[in-house]
Amino acid sequence: MKTLLKRTLPVLAAGMVLTQQLWSAGADDPLRATLIMDKFEVLDNSEKSREWEGSFYVGYDLDKLYVYSQGAATSEGLEWSQNEFVYSHAIAPFWDIQAGIAYDKNADASKTWAELAIAGLAPYFFETRAALLLNSDGNVGLRLEAEYEALLTQKLILTPSLEADFYTKEDPELGIGSGLSDLEAGLRLRYEFVREFAPYIGVTWEKTFGTTRDYNPVDETSFLVGVRFWF
Amino acid sequence: MKRRTFVKGAAAVSLAAVAASGREAKALPRQASSASVLEGREFFLHIDYAPVNFTGKEAVATAINGQVPGPTLVWQEGETVTIHVTNHLKKSSSIHWHGIILPAPMDGVPGISYDGIAPGETFTYQFKVRQHGTFWYHSHSGYQEQTGMYGAIVIKPKRKEPFAYDRDYTIVLSDWSDEKPTSIYRKLKLSSDYYNYNRRTVGDFFSEVGKKGFTKAFSDRKMWNTMRMSDRDLSDVTGYTYTYLMHGNTPATQFKALFKRGQKIRLRFINGAAMSIFDVRIPGLKMTVVAADGNHVKPVTVDEFRIGVAETYDVIVEPKSQRAYAIFAQSIERSGYALGSLTPSADKLAKAPKMDKPQPLTMSDMGMDMAKAGSKGMKMPMKPYRWKAMEAQKYPVTPLPMATGPQSTMKAMSPKYRLEDPGVGLRNNGRRVLTYADLKNRYTTRHAKKPDREIVLHLTGNMERYMWSINGIKYADAEPLLFHYGERLRITFINDTMMNHPMHLHGMWSDLETGDDSHLVRKHTVLVQPGSKISYRVTVDAKGAWAYHCHLLYHMAGMFRKVVVV
Repeated sequence: MKTLLKRTLPVLAAGMVLTQQLWSAGADDPLRATLIMDKFEVLDNSEKSREWEGSFYVGYDLDKLYVYSQGAATSEGLEWSQNEFVYSHAIAPFWDIQAGIAYDKNADASKTWAELAIAGLAPYFFETRAALLLNSDGNVGLRLEAEYEALLTQKLILTPSLEADFYTKEDPELGIGSGLSDLEAGLRLRYEFVREFAPYIGVTWEKTFGTTRDYNPVDETSFLVGVRFWF
Repeated sequence: MKRRTFVKGAAAVSLAAVAASGREAKALPRQASSASVLEGREFFLHIDYAPVNFTGKEAVATAINGQVPGPTLVWQEGETVTIHVTNHLKKSSSIHWHGIILPAPMDGVPGISYDGIAPGETFTYQFKVRQHGTFWYHSHSGYQEQTGMYGAIVIKPKRKEPFAYDRDYTIVLSDWSDEKPTSIYRKLKLSSDYYNYNRRTVGDFFSEVGKKGFTKAFSDRKMWNTMRMSDRDLSDVTGYTYTYLMHGNTPATQFKALFKRGQKIRLRFINGAAMSIFDVRIPGLKMTVVAADGNHVKPVTVDEFRIGVAETYDVIVEPKSQRAYAIFAQSIERSGYALGSLTPSADKLAKAPKMDKPQPLTMSDMGMDMAKAGSKGMKMPMKPYRWKAMEAQKYPVTPLPMATGPQSTMKAMSPKYRLEDPGVGLRNNGRRVLTYADLKNRYTTRHAKKPDREIVLHLTGNMERYMWSINGIKYADAEPLLFHYGERLRITFINDTMMNHPMHLHGMWSDLETGDDSHLVRKHTVLVQPGSKISYRVTVDAKGAWAYHCHLLYHMAGMFRKVVVV
């Protein structure tokens, strides 16, 4: 963690100095920060779960610090959450490589992982991210996400999404089995009143597989309502 | 109304009636705070914040002498002008004289020509006026140009011009936003299509499926999809935030140019916008283009012309009937327009015509070989043989550093000279549209020296990350370009992006190759179409350091080079 900061802070500082030098035009690459809450929703399932998925970043064109967070809470409190803190560096026009730590937490346990990820825009405009995780138990995880935005009109946008989690080892504390653990497919229809604010309705299907089913047998389809926002 | 000056679109008759050569046009009544006309040898300009209201909401502009646009400056060719510019802003400022041939320290680019004008300071510019025609001036500091710091320059010629006219109006086109420029830029960085409300929809795809079948529709999309490029990416900032202004007037308040039947009217169009390329026409009237970027061209009569940011065109029109004609300037992406009236009386206003539908970009805008791509997207008279001579020109090419990486997405595989292509949005629209192929210098350039050498500059960028550069290297990381004093240099641009870039070289003329070497048209700003190639020649006759950049304000910081003439 410390070394990560040691590495990134000079990059950020150097960037700030560079932007100061350009005065015959606006600053080319100003420091910027944004919070994007892609999913902030209530599911119509038995637990009436409230789920979120979002990211925050601060940085420049090619180098950023990201915080990703997603999870679910019920009336009884936090059900699960996955959080990541990564340094992101552009390696290709549409791709960033990311390194950092991930922190999973559920009602009873938590676990920290080392993380290496690749994120970007795949051909055919699929927003994708693949994260490889390793924890001190020697468990290796792979989390894949893909999302597509289909414009029905300029403001009405349909977003199919797919997420899959894999692990090499069973982890009773986190309630995950080895192999394909969890698959989630979603379809959300949002209306962008403005780019920054878009309420949506949707449906999500989630299923757990293998030994994960022993801890957490899920196979359900839920309707949902939520709001996407950023600033 | 309070005592302070309101620079309001509502200013009734903002007639920049400039004294026409030979016959003095009467200065028409003018209300306070519309762009005034200052004529003489010595000028006092004051840069200050000024309240404006273009949108129904009060905002603060950075204005010159309290006006947006700033006063039209009228100079006389051959005279020496002295301009005292006082900066009353809290930030450093500057004024650059766009297209004016002058000594480098007078050029007004902070960090290159001088240090800028510090708050509270006065800088005095003084130089001999060695040209005539229509030019303009603007701030070259930060985003001050976006917030109102621009104005027209009209230079009266020593000798009688080779065309006649009765009235003379200067029309500065611009774009205004109540948003802060830094906020616009941040939004573009976060989401480059933020302002684009003409993106491809599912419906667009299915209507293509309906027209040509699924397989063909899908395969036509293949290139765009694999390259992750949008054929709807025509302009980064649009009418979503912009109010388009015609000489400081909104489409609601309208700029007005008066005429009497039978008169010949000279209209001097200047694109002083930050980001907006305009397509200009006056429905019902033919326009005879007599000058481009201040320099006389062989007259060419058209229905419409595209004016890139920072370009100027002088046209002559002859209204035949006693009605109000719309001076209509729609933005390239068709999200809005600037509007004025050419009218026999100030209370008679023209109605805006319907805006054209936006056209998507084609494979040729991507720099693809049309024959190989097998697309029939662009049905226009392509006469490639005309440009063979230009293709065949070979001069020693000085290699320049080139970088690839995350900062640039695409490379034009087969960039072509597309001088007779009016450009996206104007193709096959049924009107006679001016193209660069129509522009011929009024005077011979036959005796001009042949180029000694050539440099090739690729215009590069990454729309997804909203990064812009030249040869894949942004200004902050680039070495200056070295030009040699006394040489004749050929510069070829290859546009590796999907956007039009108006490229402006300071201090020296850009003699554009438009198919006739004996009449190279003299410009200061050249609009480089997406995926295309274009060449011009520069006589390197101005020592010192100069700026060379894309004139789109939010591209400029990256797509910029310092030129050093040694």
